Amino acid sequence: MSQTLDPQFAIATSGLTKSFGSYNAVDEIDLRVPKGSVFGFLGPNGSGKTTTIRMLLGLANISAGEVSLLGSSVPSGLGEVLPKVGALVEGPAFYPYLSGRDNLFRFDSADRNADSRTRAQRVDAALARVGLTQAAGKKVHAYSLGMKQRLGIANALLQPRELLVLDEPTNGLDPQGTREVRNLIRALAAEGITIFISSHLLAEIEQICTHLAVMSRGRIVAQGSVEELSAGQTLKLTLETSQTDEAIRILKGEGIDAIADGNIVSAVLTSEQTAPERIVEMLVLGKVGVRSFSVQAPTLEDRFVLLTGEGFEVAQ
Amino acid sequence: MRNRSYFASLVGSELSILFRRRRTWAMLGTISLIPIALSIAVKLSGATVLPGEGPPFLDRVSHNGLFVAFTAMVVAIPLFLPLTIGVVAGDTIAGEASTGTLRYLLIAPVNRSRLLLVKFVGAATFCVAAVVTLLLTGIVIGSILFPVGPVTLLSGDVISVQAALVRILLIGLYVTISLMGLSAVGLFLSTLTVIPVGAMAATVIVSTVMQILGSLPQISGIHPYLLSYYWLGFADILRNPLSLGSLWSNSLLQLSYIVIFGALSYSRFTSKDILS
Repeated sequence: MSQTLDPQFAIATSGLTKSFGSYNAVDEIDLRVPKGSVFGFLGPNGSGKTTTIRMLLGLANISAGEVSLLGSSVPSGLGEVLPKVGALVEGPAFYPYLSGRDNLFRFDSADRNADSRTRAQRVDAALARVGLTQAAGKKVHAYSLGMKQRLGIANALLQPRELLVLDEPTNGLDPQGTREVRNLIRALAAEGITIFISSHLLAEIEQICTHLAVMSRGRIVAQGSVEELSAGQTLKLTLETSQTDEAIRILKGEGIDAIADGNIVSAVLTSEQTAPERIVEMLVLGKVGVRSFSVQAPTLEDRFVLLTGEGFEVAQ
Repeated sequence: MRNRSYFASLVGSELSILFRRRRTWAMLGTISLIPIALSIAVKLSGATVLPGEGPPFLDRVSHNGLFVAFTAMVVAIPLFLPLTIGVVAGDTIAGEASTGTLRYLLIAPVNRSRLLLVKFVGAATFCVAAVVTLLLTGIVIGSILFPVGPVTLLSGDVISVQAALVRILLIGLYVTISLMGLSAVGLFLSTLTVIPVGAMAATVIVSTVMQILGSLPQISGIHPYLLSYYWLGFADILRNPLSLGSLWSNSLLQLSYIVIFGALSYSRFTSKDILS
């Protein structure tokens, strides 16, 4: 417990588990979200990200393990800590028959710490921040998905927050909207707010994150700062040849799993495996015509495909 | 003090949401059609209604417009009022869950037991609005279409118009209290599902089953415990001397339902995973 309540972490969990019957949707995860970080919480759809977020915010009961949110224990300390947390959970949700502004009034009046005298002013400021001032009086059922997403973010910004939990904030946004959300997140992070942002699309948040955790099938398979995760020992090998089968056979002989896509053969090399120079030599000796050969440090995406065993957009 | 103003502001927000929905006004509008349709039918038929013909008090409507309110109430209480209460009470939690707004209320944060209380206050307020709408429309349309004068009570005594209006007010109170237990049942059913229509239908079914059980003499032993047992008992208020016995028994019965189903709602809702 003393470790999970370490004040340097905005979110810390130990052994956090959520079971539905015999199935563990979230399986003993130990999250460490440093204060002031922009923390990317990645994983394919269905890997347990939203369930984790629901437990962090007290929406779902914790089956086992402990959660500390801004130093308070969950669920016992939720009452004091939630006012300091803004969140977007599993997409925005509003009363369709109310205007955007009235929706924010509604949610703000549910916050026991919100001062009703400053409500109108805070609501308007939040709307302005996400660029919805013009549409504030329109009923939400007339909003586009992107506008709802932005209204959801405005709702998370009704109060000064220490932590923002944003679950798939770029879902349904066009590239321009995605860029706007990213810029907004950068600006908020610059104010010192810790941002915990989940996504199944690495590319959308990679550029803004300082830290990452990757979930797969309910477990965290990698976690750390972006530098730590990028500085891997592995290399990505790509070669172009018309004799792909032969090339794969030779690589296999060296204990390297390779896959072919058209004329391109690719594989991931760890430092213990055969050096690339030696591979070229063997290919040539094996009479494989090599048209091109390259070795690169893998991108984060490559690493995560490796870690989760699947592409990011594949649902389980 | 701060706590009280927070609660008041949350109740205010709940009521503003309830009364800004077109559905709420459609239901209140339909409720007001009951006394209107009833008066017009009596007025147009012209024929004298015989005592015992049609709903209770119908024979008195053409002599005294104030009876429109009583008759409309007798007509509305077995089915129509429970139907509207079912819609409002069944929607309380399940409606928020189905739109997903429940999760945003809870992380705002609002305490779950407080949210339940606010939802019950909202449903109860709708009961008041429904009853007031029915009685007020009854009084207005009755006094437009029929003569209004001193009212002859069921006991044969005659009371003034003012005294009769007090009795109508008491009937409003009686019927509002009658609907409170059902509101609590609806609130509980609403915590069980994320499909509001399911909770609404279940609430109406509960009210109907109670009334069916209440009509079976073989099980008269359980009748006094049925939610609907005193629903039509407000005729007592139309006697002299004024007997408030059934008002108290009814209040006690409804309170028991509120306590039981309030506790069930609490235990269910405060431990529930919000996955919608």
